[in-house]
Amino acid sequence: MKISCEEASNICNKSQYKEAGGWEILKLRLHIIMCKACAKFTKENTMLTSLCDRAGLNVLSESDKDEMRKDLKKHLQ
Amino acid sequence: MAAYELKPETWVDQYADYLFNYAVARVSDAEIAKDLVQETFFAGLNSAKNYKGDAAERTWLIAILKRKVIDHYRKINSKKGKAEVRINYNANADSEGDWLEEQVADPFSKDGDNTLENEELGLAIQECISKLPKKQSLVFNMKTIQGMSTEDICNELGINPSNLWVMIHRARTALMGCLNQNWY
Repeated sequence: MKISCEEASNICNKSQYKEAGGWEILKLRLHIIMCKACAKFTKENTMLTSLCDRAGLNVLSESDKDEMRKDLKKHLQ
Repeated sequence: MAAYELKPETWVDQYADYLFNYAVARVSDAEIAKDLVQETFFAGLNSAKNYKGDAAERTWLIAILKRKVIDHYRKINSKKGKAEVRINYNANADSEGDWLEEQVADPFSKDGDNTLENEELGLAIQECISKLPKKQSLVFNMKTIQGMSTEDICNELGINPSNLWVMIHRARTALMGCLNQNWY
């Protein structure tokens, strides 16, 4: 049942993307009770996820960016 | 002279997403926003000699983009021959049913304050992302913002899942630190 801090942070990261299993989350919860550093990390990490959700971020796809880079280069010459 | 030099080759990597977010919030259309960002870069190149170095590159580009957004609204209004600003939230949505209901259901119109704060938050996050190493920001964007699956990202970038999680971990840690400084 005991896990290392490294493993804990790994599970925490995965859980931000809903990719952690139930068993893993249970192990993380237990670890957090004993480990202040990981508790802080988990809290901040979860906060980051909710901030990103709230901000409704948009990004350009890589192919769009590639096109922009090409056009800019052409323009530079 | 050298102190005021712009670096156009880094623009796309550093500012494209930031400018794109700013534009999307104002024109509510990804295609148009993309074109505006592109035009902003061109306009920036053309007037690079006027850049005096008294503002950061990003601020300078945002100023140009603001003009482009205004020009865009002018253009669509003159096309219609109308004097008022055209507001159309659901220009491209398949609208079926009650017009009024669809307008009311628009999440952006719920409360203005929140939208504004969220936009500032978005720009703050974007600024922090642009400070990350290229590979990390790429992986973080794909995973968090584009919501791609771990498997797809690994295939596209030719990395293995544990590489991916290491990069995600580093990116997230850096972002938490950056946002702690800039947002709270």
